[in-house]
Amino acid sequence: MQIRARENFDRTFRMIFRATGFLVIAVLGGIFIMLLYNSIAFFVKVSPWDFITGTQWNPSGRAASYGMLPLLVSTGIVTLGAMIIAVPLGIGTAAFISEYAKPGLKNILKPAIEMLAAVPSVAIGFLGIVIVGPGIAKITGQSNGLNALNGAILLAVMALPTIITVAEDAIHAVPRTYREASYGVGASRWQTLIHITIPAAAPGIIAAVMLGVGRAIGETMTVLMATGNVAAFPRGFFHSVRTITSTIAIEMGEVPYQTTHYFALFAIATVLFILTLAVNLIGEYFVNRFRKFQAA
Amino acid sequence: MKKLNPIFEWFILLFCTGTVCFFLGVILYDLVSKGWPVLSWAFVSKGPTAGMTQGGILPAIFGTVMLTLITAVFSVPFGICCAVYLNEYAKDTWLTRLIRASIRNLSGVPSIIYGLFGLALFVQSMGMGTSVLSAGLTLGLLSLPYIITTTEEALRRIPASTREAALGVGATQFESIRDVVLPSALPGILTGVVLTLSRAAGETAPILFTGAAFFIAGGSGYLNQEFMALPYHLYMLSTQHQAIEQVRPIAYGTALVLLIVVFFLNLTAFYIRYKHRNNE
Repeated sequence: MQIRARENFDRTFRMIFRATGFLVIAVLGGIFIMLLYNSIAFFVKVSPWDFITGTQWNPSGRAASYGMLPLLVSTGIVTLGAMIIAVPLGIGTAAFISEYAKPGLKNILKPAIEMLAAVPSVAIGFLGIVIVGPGIAKITGQSNGLNALNGAILLAVMALPTIITVAEDAIHAVPRTYREASYGVGASRWQTLIHITIPAAAPGIIAAVMLGVGRAIGETMTVLMATGNVAAFPRGFFHSVRTITSTIAIEMGEVPYQTTHYFALFAIATVLFILTLAVNLIGEYFVNRFRKFQAA
Repeated sequence: MKKLNPIFEWFILLFCTGTVCFFLGVILYDLVSKGWPVLSWAFVSKGPTAGMTQGGILPAIFGTVMLTLITAVFSVPFGICCAVYLNEYAKDTWLTRLIRASIRNLSGVPSIIYGLFGLALFVQSMGMGTSVLSAGLTLGLLSLPYIITTTEEALRRIPASTREAALGVGATQFESIRDVVLPSALPGILTGVVLTLSRAAGETAPILFTGAAFFIAGGSGYLNQEFMALPYHLYMLSTQHQAIEQVRPIAYGTALVLLIVVFFLNLTAFYIRYKHRNNE
């Protein structure tokens, strides 16, 4: 090929590659504009104050009310429950894999956790219906076990692989000199772990928890299948709840195009988007701090 | 803190790890023990009959395969090109940083929001309707950030000397990328692509409103029609069917087939990674 042709070819492809970079910005921008546009269309009809502080979500009633507080609290309860279960288990497992497990055991545990991460959310939701639900029903004497606790257990299972992997990286990255200094002054392995290694890895562990929270807030199928979906104001772990994600999933399929109800679903999606964005940004901040610590 | 009994200390961590393994064990044991008796050649080669209470899940398998292919056709070329741009061409400017920030944020966006975006963009604005094409493109957008991140990681592992050698013998930058960099990064790229597709194949939320249907008589194979998919089928069978207890065995069979598909893709990815490591 002529040198001129080859150079033109080179230049053309440089442009193509760069264009795909813009595509990524366009996708995020598109999502943002879609949410903003539809939310504005909603807030023209319903005041933002009623939307945020309203305690009743009943878009199809005679006097439709669009209070998103019950949905927000539902998401909060389920996520909180999931973290109460997943954070201690996740950090404990990460510490075990990084500090205690022998290489042979490590080679079994790490693929096992990757396997857990690969299980589709709909399959975990299904097990919430057939195993966790009846189990909770038997213990509490309720007619079915589809409640916030069920959703929290399932979300914990979904968030665990993320938390374990990131926390394990963080604990593993603590310099060996820290541990050796601790052993040198006579501390035991456990004391070193609790007082030296885990505090030193704290930014990475917080990042791990934040990523887990982000996953739990945004997860749709498991909560949709396992929490019972009653739109009343949530009263606790043993009551049925309805999160932001499951409300979108349930109502979007039936709502007529470009009605107030349709726009309302985009408005709660905007809240969800902002929540996950905030959680991920906090996580990212701690990841960066952790990197700085590593570099030092 | 008072010194704990060392055996107790060991037990706490073992308990955490054991519980996590227990979760995985329950998932695998329950799905395999109750799904396995349902699996048969007829189950994977026939369509559902008698209002879903009998027959197989062939259209759902077919739909998932088709959906995953569309996802791959859309997200793989764009994802690889973007990763090449970021790793091979881009300098550290505000634009590059904006692209990277977008990628990080996109990978944190909940899948149901991708579903809404697919509905607003492909189904309504672009007039594709609820179809396998809309759903595939939606999943393609969802997969894009993962493919970019994994591809970029694979490209970063190629040493600079490899590129310099290609440039040194007179190749243009594009030729060095096409003939030298991409082929040597291929195993790493493939691993990422297969893992991402296994995730996409199991996703349900983004296809809820973009084209998945409960029942289609016979897989049509047209891009502009609704389709059945394994995860959506499992969701409908376990929550929306009138005779839930009666279709439970079929739901278990569907869950197991879905799990097998996803694990098979994962194992393929691990195999590629493992084989590549041995070659190095």
